[in-house]
Amino acid sequence: MKTESALEKILAAGHLAVTSECGPPRGAVPEKVKEKAEKLRGYVDAINVTDNQTAMVRMSSFAACLIIRQMGLHPILQMVTRDRNRLAMQSDILGAYSHGINTMLCLSGDHPCFGDHPMAANVYDLDSIQFIQMVKNMRDEGKFQGGDEILNPPKMFIGAAANPFADPFELRVARLAKKVKAGADFIQTQCIYDLPRFEKWMQGVRDRGLHEKIHILAGVTPFKSAGMAKYMNQVHEEQSAGHECAGRDDQAHGRGSQGQAGRRRSQPLRGDHTAPQRGERRGRFPHHGDRMGREGAGDREKGRTPS
Amino acid sequence: MITAERKPIEEIMESIRPFNRILLVGCNECVTVCAAGGRKEVGLLSSALQMACMKEGKVLDVKEMTLERQCDPEYVEELVSAINQADAVLSMACGCGVQEVARRFKEKPVFPAVNTKFMGASERQGVWAERCQGCGDCVLGLTGGICPVARCSKRLLNGPCGGSTRGKCEINAEVDCAWQLIWDRLKALGLEKRYEDIMPAKDWRTSRDGGPRRIIREDLAS
Repeated sequence: MKTESALEKILAAGHLAVTSECGPPRGAVPEKVKEKAEKLRGYVDAINVTDNQTAMVRMSSFAACLIIRQMGLHPILQMVTRDRNRLAMQSDILGAYSHGINTMLCLSGDHPCFGDHPMAANVYDLDSIQFIQMVKNMRDEGKFQGGDEILNPPKMFIGAAANPFADPFELRVARLAKKVKAGADFIQTQCIYDLPRFEKWMQGVRDRGLHEKIHILAGVTPFKSAGMAKYMNQVHEEQSAGHECAGRDDQAHGRGSQGQAGRRRSQPLRGDHTAPQRGERRGRFPHHGDRMGREGAGDREKGRTPS
Repeated sequence: MITAERKPIEEIMESIRPFNRILLVGCNECVTVCAAGGRKEVGLLSSALQMACMKEGKVLDVKEMTLERQCDPEYVEELVSAINQADAVLSMACGCGVQEVARRFKEKPVFPAVNTKFMGASERQGVWAERCQGCGDCVLGLTGGICPVARCSKRLLNGPCGGSTRGKCEINAEVDCAWQLIWDRLKALGLEKRYEDIMPAKDWRTSRDGGPRRIIREDLAS
């Protein structure tokens, strides 16, 4: 075992793992984090905590992870390279690890133009692959990216994202290979609606033996409404998502959201997708239920532009 | 070239409002090529400003000059003869030219009439696009001659993010995905395998992050 991560233990033992997402609130309301996390207790192995998803300011992922950790649950610290340079990222990793947060997801993040601060500087000191390398070197070599030794190096179980539905498709397996090479331990994919394309991608993954080198968690987001299915069909038409499901929205409607329905099923599930979030940020979804309800299944971080 | 776009006439008018005699200075280099601040644009702006002032009941005296290179002290020196007859200078050069005029004529207010945009190339008549960010450590040899620093919206060095769709960037359907272009080019060159080489974290000291940059050529420096 490389780390003390609960997720690593589950995956290393050959079990299927279920993670779900908890988007931090847009305010200093820790009780919201607790409320969301409590709903997931007993249903998931780990909770993805997004980092200013869709470039909208929210409570920091680290702070929300800490609240969740203190509840005895296992957070996955998501971190994007959009908002922080390598100094800030490493200091946050030291801080998070000091509080028992030992699993993270390394992402590039949505471009600021999608969020509520489109005028912000986008940092991108590192890309996601360099980020993975940095976290791995911190763990395995005990060194900062700048080369100095770390006192008590943080041992993070390292996650990354993959989008089998983006273009150019022929690079999508190669890109996973690159993330494996960089040191990623597990992958969370973009939400899957186009099964044939996912299978084609998985075939490429197996052909190269990558599935034996990295744990792959497949992303699933049930539709909450017909409007959401139609919207996603529209926005993801070009990335081939949603077609399969737009006619089956009624089945999704009213079903338990996120990982609950699929816990320890044949596919590892993860409620992680961005199309709902894009709809939300553009105000194009019909609103169903209250704000909390929409957040419950609508706040997604990285499915849109995992990198 | 360095590209620029003229500022809105209202903003320019506001900057020169306190002055009656303006020295309007163009540049014969990049801003001429991108049709923002050459001799022709100097003439057009001069007329526009005089007409706008006339509407306000004010007579604006504009002296027009277009230098060979406004970023070069040798040519900026040519302003000496005209500078004393002006209350202020309005420069249509890029930011480099504006600053060179300001450096040479310390007592004279200088205002930019253009917004300097980027280092780019002409894509077709009337369209210019960014090509280089001057990072100071060129990677074009590794990326098939297409720059991910300047042309990827996230300046990713190791491949396309999940927002690449049919060759376009997610931020705007008008923007090409740099990594699609790089990949197409690597394939054309038979260099596909190169994609899987990890490009390490960049040392940004050679870029703006290392502070303002200079080049000193000992063999040429006086």
